[in-house]
Amino acid sequence: MSLGAWGVPVAVLAGAIRISTPFIFVSLGECITERSGRVNLGLEGTLVMGAMIGYGASYLSGSPWLGVLAAGLVGVVLGALHGFLCSRPRVNDVAVGIGLMLFGTGLAFFLGKPLIQPTAPRLPAIPFGFWSHTPQIEDALRVNALFILGVLLAPAVSFALRRTRWGLIVRTVGESAEAARAMGYDVNRVRTLATMAGGFLAGVGGSFLSLFYPGSWNEGLSSGQGLMAVALVIFARWNPVRCLYASLLFGGASALGPALQAVGVSKGYYLFNAAPYALTLLIMVLSSSATRTSADQPAELTVAR
Amino acid sequence: MSELSPAPTSPAGALTKAPSVSWLKKVEPALISSGAVCVAMLLFGVFLALDGLNPIDVYEEMFRGAFGTWFSFQNTLQRSAPLMLTALCTALPAQLGLVVIGGEGALVVGGVTAAVAGLGMQGSSPYVILTCMLVAGAVSGGLWIALVGALRAYRGVNETISSLLLAYIAIALMNHLVEGPLRDPLSLNKPATRHIGEANMLGPMPGLDVHWGLAYGVLACLVAYVLMKRTVFGFAAAMTGGNMRAALLSGLRVRRLMVLTCFLAGAAAGTAGMVEVAAVHGRANASLVAGYGYAGILVAFVARQNPLGVIPVALLLGGIGASGGLLQRNFNLPDASVNVLQGILFMVILASETLYGRLDVWSFARRAAAVKAAEAGVVA
Repeated sequence: MSLGAWGVPVAVLAGAIRISTPFIFVSLGECITERSGRVNLGLEGTLVMGAMIGYGASYLSGSPWLGVLAAGLVGVVLGALHGFLCSRPRVNDVAVGIGLMLFGTGLAFFLGKPLIQPTAPRLPAIPFGFWSHTPQIEDALRVNALFILGVLLAPAVSFALRRTRWGLIVRTVGESAEAARAMGYDVNRVRTLATMAGGFLAGVGGSFLSLFYPGSWNEGLSSGQGLMAVALVIFARWNPVRCLYASLLFGGASALGPALQAVGVSKGYYLFNAAPYALTLLIMVLSSSATRTSADQPAELTVAR
Repeated sequence: MSELSPAPTSPAGALTKAPSVSWLKKVEPALISSGAVCVAMLLFGVFLALDGLNPIDVYEEMFRGAFGTWFSFQNTLQRSAPLMLTALCTALPAQLGLVVIGGEGALVVGGVTAAVAGLGMQGSSPYVILTCMLVAGAVSGGLWIALVGALRAYRGVNETISSLLLAYIAIALMNHLVEGPLRDPLSLNKPATRHIGEANMLGPMPGLDVHWGLAYGVLACLVAYVLMKRTVFGFAAAMTGGNMRAALLSGLRVRRLMVLTCFLAGAAAGTAGMVEVAAVHGRANASLVAGYGYAGILVAFVARQNPLGVIPVALLLGGIGASGGLLQRNFNLPDASVNVLQGILFMVILASETLYGRLDVWSFARRAAAVKAAEAGVVA
């Protein structure tokens, strides 16, 4: 049975589920970091490093979940590096992020050279589409556990930020470093820890790229997802649940080009590749204002002045 | 006039009079930057040693590959030309406090537009064609980054992210154009535009085997330096970068300044694209996306956003790039090892920012003591 033109929305749905997963993890990680008042633009590097280390660990140990854990841990290390450098006086967090982006991708390409050939065990998928006999729908609903984890994580992070002591500390540091200092909290330490937590999630997001979809390690694996996630957090106005919705939207937009190509509309394929970037830019234009800053924005944050 | 206004005798004036402070301030950037380069080389050396290589051998080979012979030095010069131009794409907006990292996009846009202009003018004399290509590349690249500046000035859109997004959009646009409307039917496995013609290529400078792009790069850096350090425009830019509120309150047209500066920045990167098309490839294709835009960001930061400092730093980074192939052949290192070195260099340079103003330990201690004494006086 063929779906005809219905194949496009089904493929977009499949894309929304599949492509959005790294977006969910990276944007949630960046959300935690930015709520503490610091920006980590280097999550692109963390994502690529996570993809490489995750693939390598899965290949060596035979367990893809160990790969996910290793990817998260390398994200913690890179986050700690960012946090440490930014804690020095006069060091700019945006610039360190750009540096980390170049460093992370360079290091991943260097160390990942021997991993291009071998095949590592991949993460298993849960076939939610068992009820359907249409291959496209079955394929679309073959969902990875990391996606479900990401969907559950968004309200959890939201709850943690709003209702727990740790969340309150992070938010205080992000809104007013002075107040936090007066209360006796070490601002740099809190921010470094928040960056490390964000790095963990970004690393996990990277492991999804190499261990599930596209599902192998190569140098063209990431196409700027780590960076778009940073823009996405601004769009989501620093709210973890809105980060989830925004990620789904982006996944769908990224799948539009391949979906149209699959039903025979190949004209402008490369233009559709630009869709997620153009959408991000459009959303940023619409959601920004020259005269006032968003009320949801952490006051200590400099990136979205 | 001088009799009417006596020389100020404020303590601030007395402080700046100390000769050692001003002397140190002058060499401080060069001292810290070169120190940071040494530290980065040390760290990369450890990295190489962990890989089982002798770092000294590798550095010797890199030096030979970059500056050792006349041939390799010309290769370095050739590679540093686009780096100078893309570095300006970050360094010029930085004077206003903007962090623009989308030079790669402006380079691609400039390259494609220059190729289109060159193809459209076929039949004219090479000089006319090259002039049209230069103007087309510079203006289109300039408009591309001016859009970033305008979005920041009039909509408050973060320039760092928007410039990078526009870089991805530029690459997608180029792929669309060279796969479709502009495709040379003869380019089979690597889609490209048609060739602009060997006779119309940008040739080497007299006595050198280096194309004119190097002259463009050096000239652009010099002009940018004069503009930013010796003119009213540059003063307004520096004032905006120092304190945007103060600049607005004193009536500077900050928004127009942002758009204009971004236009000039993009024009530099667009020229780099034109040079790559007119002097190296002869056509626009995916070879334009060679990472010059990203390496240019690094050059600008290492040069501390000083247009004059961009020239030597671009030579250094061009040399590292030129020696990359040699490392691959002689030491079996992956081509990404150059990226690792660049990444380490970037991190160390940024970390070294924290050293500024701390080198002069004695005056630092003296000033700290003075502050303490003043505070004690206030309390008493």
